[in-house]
Order: sequence, then structure tokens, then C-alpha cells
Amino acid sequence: MTWRACGDRAALWEARDLDEVIALHSVLDAERKSGALEGVIDLVPAARTLLVRCESSAALVRAIDRIDVVRSTATPPADESTGAEIVVAVHYDGEDLGEVADLLGLSRDEVVRRHTATGWRAAFTGFAPGFAYLVPDDPTAWQVPRRAEPRTSVPAGAVALAGGFGGVYPRASPGGWQLIGHTDLVLWDLARTPPALVAAGDRVRFEIARGTR
Amino acid sequence: MIRVIAAGSTTVQDLGRPGQVAVGVPESGALDPAALRRANRLVGNHEHAAGLETVLGGLVLETAAGRWVALAGAGSLTVRPHRTRGRAHPASVAVWVPPGARIEVDAPHIGLRSWLAVRGGFDAPLVLGSASTDLLCGIGAPLVDGDRIRVGTAIAGPLPPVDIAPQPSPSDDMLVLRAVPGPRDDWFIPASLASLTRERPVESRSNRIGVRLGGEPVLRRPERADVELPSEGTVAGSVQIAANGLPVLFLADHPVTGGYPVAATVVAADLPLAAQARPGQSVRLRFVRSPLARGPA
Repeated sequence: MTWRACGDRAALWEARDLDEVIALHSVLDAERKSGALEGVIDLVPAARTLLVRCESSAALVRAIDRIDVVRSTATPPADESTGAEIVVAVHYDGEDLGEVADLLGLSRDEVVRRHTATGWRAAFTGFAPGFAYLVPDDPTAWQVPRRAEPRTSVPAGAVALAGGFGGVYPRASPGGWQLIGHTDLVLWDLARTPPALVAAGDRVRFEIARGTR
Repeated sequence: MIRVIAAGSTTVQDLGRPGQVAVGVPESGALDPAALRRANRLVGNHEHAAGLETVLGGLVLETAAGRWVALAGAGSLTVRPHRTRGRAHPASVAVWVPPGARIEVDAPHIGLRSWLAVRGGFDAPLVLGSASTDLLCGIGAPLVDGDRIRVGTAIAGPLPPVDIAPQPSPSDDMLVLRAVPGPRDDWFIPASLASLTRERPVESRSNRIGVRLGGEPVLRRPERADVELPSEGTVAGSVQIAANGLPVLFLADHPVTGGYPVAATVVAADLPLAAQARPGQSVRLRFVRSPLARGPA
């Protein structure tokens, strides 16, 4: 069985991979917007799972039954990148840049070159407001683990890597990702509409900020 | 206008902002939604009107105009006209506050949190559809001494003709919270998972994001010891086991996704009990059946 209960009103579905999550999420999101999937409050896609949160246990059971039907007919979308391209200027001065270079068997300069040459797409959000998990065009090239000891405070704008994903911390927060640089770009601004600069479906490109080496 | 004489540990809360997970924002809202609804109904407000959620009392307000207020949750309310001796009122009853008088939320002996409603509701800016403060996302901020808060117009009708509305009283006994094992119960040694059903103390570093529990670490199965869990969605009620093996019970301001395994999840109906857990109080889980376990066909 691929569903795991999360309390009495939510459940987690485990996918084969991120593509399967994204395919199912986009179909279900469309269903929900068209008024189907009553009683579903949230759909939370993530790296390998989709969480469904409902108003009641009864609504959860009904939603799962409906999703199991939809799942057997869902096909991956032709192109997951539906949104804008956002360019992020980075000062590559992160505390962990040396360690990431060692882990990948590269020089620091080569890490920077590859980070800016790779295309990244925002797959899903959720860790913090304005934070999008970025999938590189070649995920195998970016497999670095999280730090053994998370930092109690990672500064806003920190550009980071972990577990094959890239990301930019929108606000200061605790964090366990490897920090390779920082950006002055504001990723989360409640005064802006929408408040998040990067949404799921957007593409992101990194470049070396002017005024650095 | 209402003036904050002493802010205590207080935030504006309404019924929250569900459905914002796509921007990484949790539901927030009053940690006991039924209590806020009750306080609001007692003063004739719409149930979703913004109230003040306060921890361990100490909140003192002064109102220029006469107002109806009601308290729900822990403790009691003292109304002090013109800084005279004042009179205490229990929770769950509408109280008239004369012009110029002070409203004091008394520090509770039992329980932790209270919700104060004023007729008309507290008028705070809406962010993503709600006035609720969210300490994780930095939406709004706790009250500070000297703040001035406007009263709104969220009136649904006249005050209901009841003397007092029955409310469940907080307890200082051990709290027993019903929980469904999982979603990642299989990451843990069964005997260690079972330790969640024995009492643990509430730590003082708890807040609206989560209740931290002490006691013995919950141990992973050896084959999971150095495995990283890909981040996945979480819910209020998730009992996440941190790297040091100690449990954190997520509340309304919890992060929308998490990279540490959730051993069990407290059922929605018991979360308001968790909202009343005082530091030092004992808490244990009682495992209940999954909603997905279906009877024989």
C-alpha cells in the first residue's frame, strides 16, 4: 500500500520519483480548482511524496479513493516548466563552498562554473515561505549531503545545496544545507503580489554577481 | 482604540490561513479554534473575528470606550474600572468593561493559553487572508507594551442570552494525546517507539511552532541510523523526531515540510489539549487506529 496515514485527517502518498509526484500533483490541483476533491484542504508535493490534508477522516478516505482512480490515468506533463525564468546573481562566498568542491571532486571555480551553467527548475515549495526546491538539469552531478550539524541560523539570501537539490533561503532560519554563496535578491516580500519570487514551475539561472572576483 | 498596558506573551489570532502551502506558509490561527469561536459567539461576533491569544496571562489592556469582552481557555479575567480594585470573572462569559477601565487576563494556575474576544473583533491587517500572527514565517508580530489596537466591525448579531457557556477545563494531570502511528513509525525500533506512550515532560522552549518533549531519545532502527529522509509534507500534530532523538509535536505555525521522520501524529481533536500543556507537565501518547485501516470487506 502506498498511502501512509498522518494522523486522522491526512495521508502521505509515496511515489517512485519526483516526476511522478509532479504529474499527479498537477492533475489533482486542476481537479481541486474545478471543484472536485471536496474536503481537501492542502496538497503538498515534495521530493518523493504527496501529502493530502482533509477536513475530516471521512473526507480523507473519499479523497484517497478518488486519487487512486485518477492516479491510474495520470500522465506526466509534456513540459514541467510552465513559468518564468528568474536570474539570481550570486556572490560565491559561501562557508561550505570548499567542502562542496571536495565532495564533488572539483575546484571551487569549477563548482561555480557548473552552478551557473546548469539550468534549474523549481519543482515544489514548502520548507519556508518563498523557498523553492530547485532541480538541476543533471541531478546526479549535485549529490551532496546535508551538513551533519545544521546551523541554528542561515542568513537570508544564502544560496545552498543538499541531496541533489538547490535552493535559496528567503529569510534567516535554521538550516542544514551546504552554503555556497549569497544573493541580494529578495525572494519573499509580503508587500509584493505574489509574495514569492520563485514559484513551482519557474526556471532559475544563477550568475556571478557583478563586483565579485 | 484599545491600548496595550502590558503585552505579556500575546499574538493576534483568528481562524488562520488554510491553503497557503504552495508558498510555504502554514495555517496558523488560534491553537484552540473552538475556544476562539466560543469567545467570539459570547460577544456576538462572527466566529472568525480576530482575538488575542495569550500565554500564561499577564495581558493588560485599557479601553477608552465601553466594550463587551469574553475569555476562553485557561484562567480568568479581571476588569478594573479607573484603576480601582477590580472584579474577577471566569472564562466563558461575556463581561461588560466600562469606559476607561482595564482588562487583565489573569495568569492561570492550570493550563497555558487563553483567547480574548472583544465585540467587533480586533482589527489587524490581513496577510494572505488572515490577521493571524505566524512566528515561523514572520507574519505579524507579538504585541508589545504601548501598542494601540483598533476594534473592528465583525459583529454578527446581539449578545446571545446565555449566562455562561460550558467549556472544557484545562487539566494539570498528565495529558494523554491520541495519535496515529506514522507516517514514518517504521524508521524506529518498536520498543523505542513505544516510549512515546510513556510520560515525557514538556520543555520550556515550546511555542506555537511546536511542543518540545523531553525524556529518553526515540531510537532509529540501525539500518536507518545515517539515512536522510527526503523532505516531505507535515501537518499540525506531527510528532517529529529530531536528530537528537527528542520529539517535537508540531502546532499551527509548523513548517510545511520537514526532513526528519515523523513517528506518530496526534489526532486533530486533541491538539487543543496540547495547546494547554505547561512546561514541566507530563504528556504521553495513546496510539489509535489509522483512519485508513478499513474493516473486513
